[in-house]
Amino acid sequence: MATSTLASASRRRAAAPARRPLGLVPTGVLLLGAIYCLFPVSWVVVAATKTPGELFSTGTFALGTGLFDNLADLAAYRDGVFGLWMLNTLLYAGGGALLSTAVSAVSGYTLAKYRFAGRDLIFNLLIGGILVPAVVLAIPQYLLFSKIGLADTYWSVLLPQILHPYSIYLARVYATAAIPDSLLEAARIDGASHLTVLRRVALPLMAPGMVTIFLFQFVAIWNNFLLPFIMLGDDTKFPLTVGLFTMLNAGANNPSLYNLILAGTFVALIPLVALFLTMQRFWRTDLSSGAVKA
Amino acid sequence: MRPRRRGGLAPYVFLAPAMTLFALFMVVPIGYTVYLSLHRTKVSGLGLGKGARKEVFVGLDNYAVSVGDGELWAGWLRVLGYGVLVLVVMLGLALLFALMLDTARVRLARFARIAIFLPFAVPGVAAGLMWGFLYLPSLSPFHELFGADLLSRTTVVYSMANIAVWGGTGFNMLVLYTNLRAVPQSLYEAARIDGASELQIALRVKIPILMPAIILTTVFSVIATVQVFTEPSTLRPLSNTISSTWSPLMKVYRDAFVTGDLYSAAATAIVIAGVSLVLSFGFLRLVRDRAFGEAGA
Repeated sequence: MATSTLASASRRRAAAPARRPLGLVPTGVLLLGAIYCLFPVSWVVVAATKTPGELFSTGTFALGTGLFDNLADLAAYRDGVFGLWMLNTLLYAGGGALLSTAVSAVSGYTLAKYRFAGRDLIFNLLIGGILVPAVVLAIPQYLLFSKIGLADTYWSVLLPQILHPYSIYLARVYATAAIPDSLLEAARIDGASHLTVLRRVALPLMAPGMVTIFLFQFVAIWNNFLLPFIMLGDDTKFPLTVGLFTMLNAGANNPSLYNLILAGTFVALIPLVALFLTMQRFWRTDLSSGAVKA
Repeated sequence: MRPRRRGGLAPYVFLAPAMTLFALFMVVPIGYTVYLSLHRTKVSGLGLGKGARKEVFVGLDNYAVSVGDGELWAGWLRVLGYGVLVLVVMLGLALLFALMLDTARVRLARFARIAIFLPFAVPGVAAGLMWGFLYLPSLSPFHELFGADLLSRTTVVYSMANIAVWGGTGFNMLVLYTNLRAVPQSLYEAARIDGASELQIALRVKIPILMPAIILTTVFSVIATVQVFTEPSTLRPLSNTISSTWSPLMKVYRDAFVTGDLYSAAATAIVIAGVSLVLSFGFLRLVRDRAFGEAGA
């Protein structure tokens, strides 16, 4: 009886979407939010098409005629350093996220599925890292890297970003939900080694969660500014964030360079926005498959 | 359900990479910062030649300097005003959007969700640049609209807060929305049958359910806000109202890399870490006490 009431109630709800007046309010509020969030991005797309003259004379959202000139200028900027920044960013974000996902997945699986002395201590220590502000780490990391001669190298940006406490936490939650204990035991009884169980049973089951972890870490490294800004001095090793910042610093007082900076911002947004839109189903903030975890 | 496998050495081997990275890139740097914060170079004689500069233990002197620095206090006050603004508006909007997404009759929900989450994929520097140019009087469409200079001494803090709100709302919205989706619909149906309106359900059922998630997102946002660096640094070239020590973290950067006073920088960095720890734990305690108080009533 109760079930049929609920079922018919939800059917009624689905059948008459416009009946309740409140439907307009949430849609309107969300559309306003969407416009606010799309506004600067769409403006920079339009601004990147304008010639220096058009930038200051035509309407805010009037398309210009200078897109290809701007892109050519950008490609020629300081002997093509912008392309290098793109490649560097790809290397930092891709390589860093790959390593980070591997470390997080193995750690998360171990913390979820093994019982051993010190497990809770290790987990709490690793998770405690979430609370440590980046600045407390970045400056001494720079000093220590310069002592061993690794400051201003690719390593100085890659290595510190592999360990990511929140990814380990996510991996542990996901391993708990996605890997049945019985399967691990069956594999062990069949004589599989710990490493084989990890590679053949655990990691394949964790693959969807690993994609999510990879994406979050990829974006975090791609967007990071403070660490590469502190570590790097040589502009051929810059990622896009630091590169754009130096462009801004050089061109802020020179309106004829604005087009270049805006075109650079526009190009810098394309890869991440594309990744973002194509991987929609993997952008999840909860990996426990529906269970509410505090 | 509990983990039952005993693997001898295997779990330690599997955790070795994470623990090694933890030791090298967390423990050692933190230890080194603490060490630096308790030391200072002492110059003997003319300061020339080897051995003339010596690192000496100075106790809490660097902390005394850091805490007594008026410029740093001014920075804390600016960040306090900025932080309250960002936290209230960003988390308020995130909650509002999450609740709106979760209503039954909303249209275009998928489009709105993706659009509002999109700024998450935009680097802070790029966000600062885009908004910064949009604030520039010579380019700004708002300039005529509001008739105000958005980069002036009084307005720049709002302009800066807007960049952080724009960048952070979508992620927090997604966290809250994900938590709402996990609630069984039957709970809302029960409330509806009892005659509750959508607004009452949102206020009396959904927000209490979301409380743990709201607390968590607040703590993470507080930690991020205390360390604000990217937004003021990006707006700085475009406005002469932002000093090189606008936020405490900017002062740490200046002390460490511009004036070369690593010891003060280290002490201030530890103070920043302390402030964000106290704020997050203080907030957690405050909320927990209130929650227990309500449960007891």
